[in-house]
Formats: sequence, C-alpha cells, structure tokens
Amino acid sequence: MAKVLMKGNEAIGAAAIQAGCKYFFGYPITPQNELPEYMSKELPKNDGVFVQAESEVAAINMVYGAAGCGVRVMTSSSSPGIALKQEGITYIAGAELPCVIVNIVRGGPGLGGIQPAQSDYFQSTRGGGNGDYKLLVLAPANLQEMVDMVQEAFDMADYYRNPVMVVGDGMIGQMMEPIEFRTPVKRELPSKEGWATTGTKGNRKPHIINSLFLDPQGLEDHNIRLQKKYKTMKENEARYEAYNMENAEIVLAAYGTTSRICKNAIDKLKEEGINIGLIRPQTLWPFPEKAFQEIPETVKAALTVEMSEGQMIDDVRLALNGKIPTEFYGRSGGMIPTPDAIIDKIKEMLGGLK
Amino acid sequence: MAKVTFKEDICKGCQLCTTACPKNIIVMATDRINVKGYHPATVLEMEKCIGCANCALICPDCVITVER
Amino acid sequence: MAIVFEKTKGLTDKETHYCPGCTHGIIHRLVAEVLEELDVLGNAIGVAPVGCSVLAYDYFNVDMHEASHGRAPAVATGIKRAMPNNVVFTYQGDGDLASIGTAEIVHVAHRGEKITTIFVNNAIYGMTGGQMAPTTLIGQKATTCQDGRSKAHSGMPLRVSEMLATIDGAAFVERVSVHNPVEIRKAKKAIKKAFECQIKGEGFSIVEVLSTCPTNWGIAPTESLKWLEANMIPYYPLGNFRTPEEA
Repeated sequence: MAKVLMKGNEAIGAAAIQAGCKYFFGYPITPQNELPEYMSKELPKNDGVFVQAESEVAAINMVYGAAGCGVRVMTSSSSPGIALKQEGITYIAGAELPCVIVNIVRGGPGLGGIQPAQSDYFQSTRGGGNGDYKLLVLAPANLQEMVDMVQEAFDMADYYRNPVMVVGDGMIGQMMEPIEFRTPVKRELPSKEGWATTGTKGNRKPHIINSLFLDPQGLEDHNIRLQKKYKTMKENEARYEAYNMENAEIVLAAYGTTSRICKNAIDKLKEEGINIGLIRPQTLWPFPEKAFQEIPETVKAALTVEMSEGQMIDDVRLALNGKIPTEFYGRSGGMIPTPDAIIDKIKEMLGGLK
Repeated sequence: MAKVTFKEDICKGCQLCTTACPKNIIVMATDRINVKGYHPATVLEMEKCIGCANCALICPDCVITVER
Repeated sequence: MAIVFEKTKGLTDKETHYCPGCTHGIIHRLVAEVLEELDVLGNAIGVAPVGCSVLAYDYFNVDMHEASHGRAPAVATGIKRAMPNNVVFTYQGDGDLASIGTAEIVHVAHRGEKITTIFVNNAIYGMTGGQMAPTTLIGQKATTCQDGRSKAHSGMPLRVSEMLATIDGAAFVERVSVHNPVEIRKAKKAIKKAFECQIKGEGFSIVEVLSTCPTNWGIAPTESLKWLEANMIPYYPLGNFRTPEEA
C-alpha cells in the first residue's frame, strides 16, 4: 500500500477504521479534536456510528455499553477529559471489556494548557481510577508507529478482554508524517459469544456485564484472576526500542516525542565521540523492565527525560533497582526539551562521573 | 370457584396483599413462621376467593399464583 | 381451573434482596411481564446502575449491564447504537436519575435515543441508608435532613417527568404509581406503551413510577402505600406528559 501523508489525529481515526472499529463516542477537547471530527465524517461511510456525548463521563460509559455488546469501540480525549473518564475506565477494566482509549496528552494539573505534555504517565499506568487494575498502555513516537499501534490495540484489547490506552501528545496528534496501513501480526482472538450482551434469543442464560462483587471472597477471587491476566500481559507485551546502547556511558530513558529529541542529542554527542544510549519504552504498561536490567556494563548512569516534572522516572528507578544513579531532566506545561539542554545535562552528568 | 396459592417460604410478611384483597380474606398466619422468619400471608376462607388476582398484582415477591 | 396469574418468565427464580413491602419487586415484575408479552425477552438488554436496584441483573431474565451511578442512559446509548435492533432499557432510582445522573437522562432524551427508562421514584436514597434525594418532599425526614427537607436550604423537589416532557426527543413520558391494584394495572399499561414506543422507533420513552421505601421512610409497608398516595401524588401528579403524537 502506498504511503499517505496524514495529520496524526486523523491517522489514528483511519487506523481504527482499518482495524474494524465501528463505534466512536467522544467529547470535544483540544488537542485531539481532529480525531472525533474525522470519525464523525468517516464512520458512517463504513457502517459505523459516531456519537458526540454530553460529557467525557457519558462518552466512556457509552463505550462501556457498546463494548459489552462485543463490538469494536473507541474513544479519545486529552488529559483533563481522561481524568473524567477514569470512572468508566475502571468499570470497563473490572468488567473485562475490550476497547481502545486514545489520550492526546496536554499539560496539567487542572485545566493546565493545551500544549504537548507527558504528565499523564501516572494517570495512564497507575490505574487512574479506583481498584487494582491495569491498562495496556502504548506510546508511539511517530505516526507510522501510531497507526500500527492503534490497529494492534484493537486486537490486544480483544485478546486480553482489557482496555488499551494509546498515549500520544499534542505534538504527535498535530504533526503530519507519511504513513502506510499495514496488517498487524495475527493473534488468535477469543470469541465474544460467551459473554457479549446481544440478547439471549431465548436459548441461553442471560449474559451479565458487571464489576460488582458483594461477597469479599468473590471480589478477591476476581482480583486474583485479573492479576493473573496482568502477569501474562507483563510477560508478553512489554516492548521497547534500544538505540545506540553499545559502549554507552549513560542511558537515556524517554518515550514518545521526547525520545525523538533524545535521539537528536545522542547523534550530536556521537559526533563529539560521546556514546549515549536510549531505551525507549513503546509500552508504558507493561513497563519494559528487562531492558533496564540488561543494560551493558559500560553504562554508569541513567537519565530520564520527560515532558513532565518526573513521572516515568519512578518506573526507571524501580527497574534499575539502585544499580546505577538515575537522574531526571524534564520540561512541563507545554515546554519542550531541546537537544542542547539534554546535551548540557548529559555533559554535567559525565563531568560528575569522571 | 377460584384459588390462590402462596409460596410461603418466599413471603416477606409485608402484608401488601392484605390491602388489595376486595374480600378481605388474606391474613398473616400468626401460628407459624417461614424460613425467612416472617408470618406468611395465607387465606383461611378460600371459598370466598373470586380470583381477581389483586393480591398477586401487588405482591412484590411473586409469592402468589392465582387460579380461576 | 386455569392459572390466571403466575410469575413471569421475564424474572429469574432468584429471590430479591429488597426489604419487605418495597415496591421495586412489583415494578420489576411489571417490566418483565411487559417484555414477555411483547415477546422481546430474548432480544432485550437492560441496564441497572448503582442504587437499590443495582442487583437487578440477578432478577431480570435478560442480558444485563450493571452501570456506575447515574450513567445508565449513557451505557444504554452505547448498547442501542451498537445493537439498534435490540430492546434496551434502563432501570434507575431517583437518587441515581434525578441527582448524579441528570446530565445523562437529559441528553438521552435530547438525542431521542430509542431506549426505555423505568424511573423508580421513592423520594429518598434507599441503598445508602435514607439520605435526602432531589425528590424528597418538603418536610419529609431523611438522614441528611433530619428535621425534614426545607425549601430554603435544599430547594423544592425536582419533578423529572415534567422537566423531560419539555425535551423534543422524549416521545413518551408518563408518571404512574403502584400503591394499589388499579394503579398497578395502569402502570403496566404505561410501561407497555413506553416499550412499544421504542420498538416503533419513535424516540426516548420514560415511565416514572412512584414507589415506596418503608425501611427508610420508617413506616410499615401497608402504611407506606397510604403515605405515598397522600403525600407524593399531590406533588407528583399521575398522568401522561407526552405521547409520540405530541413529540
């Protein structure tokens, strides 16, 4: 298939439709509006339905309803909107329903701003809503990866009966890049017939979509079962890209847009004869711990770079478990780290190391 | 000729049926308690029953079957 | 002799958790009977949110979703849009629908979603222990207005049916009661009309059912029926507020 030039937010919509997404429930919020707009125009042409809900809270509950019927369904929002959706997301996770949620992250806290940020790392990977649950969280760094991940996200959601969140930032949502639509790696997807609410047709017991377990033992058993599922996800789905790790003195940890800036910094330093590596988590949950546990002996320190005041650094530290010193550089509020600023920080660290 | 049958063990003793009976023949069986611990509703003079099903209609717990 | 009244197939064999004399049981049965009579049990999907009826999924013999507090109309929207040929209903209490779920109920009507809502109004929060609801009457005591609701502090009780009847997409709006057999028969007729309205694709339909809460009202079940008639009906008049012809 030929490459097409698309804007990030629209490319997400196109990828979702390619993946068989028929239903989209959303609510306007900057900087992700092109996505629902695209879906409102394109879904009806593809036997699908777009509904603009009265709120993010309603939108995610519409997703819960549709997902319970076994259809491929999606919603998108940006940080404060995702915060509103957390109630529905924990219900969806608790009831084990598949769906895809896109978060085009903007700066916070509160209303924050509308510029790109990565300050929803905690909101995405720590549950966000109540209870012990996990989302699969995918973090693309370019539009090709974004459309690949969005398509695969639907398969992953069906495979695990779990919500999948795709985390981009305003930069990825707004930029244009050439992309091609490829078919994701085939997974054996389980049938939804055993649980989807489609009407009993009078020939089976009612199906119930539910996250309520009043019996404490029943709820604990449910949790143990969920944790088993999360363990399988952890074993199978953690992904990362390793960049320039050979003989690296320092390893950077960055995802999404920030990882691209880090690569610029690494390439520049390489010209100066300084070897810096990068571990770029492609999945924020499960976090690619192994990548950090297997860093080469040459690496003397780690630097986490984020468009936040430091969130992913917690996972980097947990993964490194004190093995090497771990520092942080970040900008927030919509400010973007520059390659030069990252280089300065690296040089400062190298000075300390020597 | 009509008959009402009570599934006594699921009766919660709320007495709503007693308010609905036009013949006032439903009483609470004070001589016994059911598995839930309530005096269940019952009819002593079944020959007076007209099978109107009002009692079944107002029963919140589907205790009553009516035949006519 | 022939059986003239027995339990509908629309309900499961599970005994309800409702308190003695709570009229939820009557309303459950009416909804289930209507679904059976319309021959849509195999095609129905129900949604019951948080509240006393949160366990309704154990009682209705149809596919069910449990929903978060107030959100049933949004969940039902998602279901109906995905499954337009199924009969979709929500079963909500007044704390749920008239308080935390006001946005969802207004907009399900606003969009004219082809679903049916059974709105059980007993003028109090039941499940959480008798707190004041938006529907609690002036002077009525509740655990969060222990001297009785006052207008100065909490405003006047919300009349949901009258409010929703002003919305164009609401095709059928009726308020009924279940405090005696005559009204119960009328309630069932209204519920049937509401589901028929959905099946015909005429728009959103809602039946508000005045209900009792003997436990939290602190009145015996039989006295609760009288209290409902004497106190609720004067403020919440029974009758139809909107038919598909007017919509």
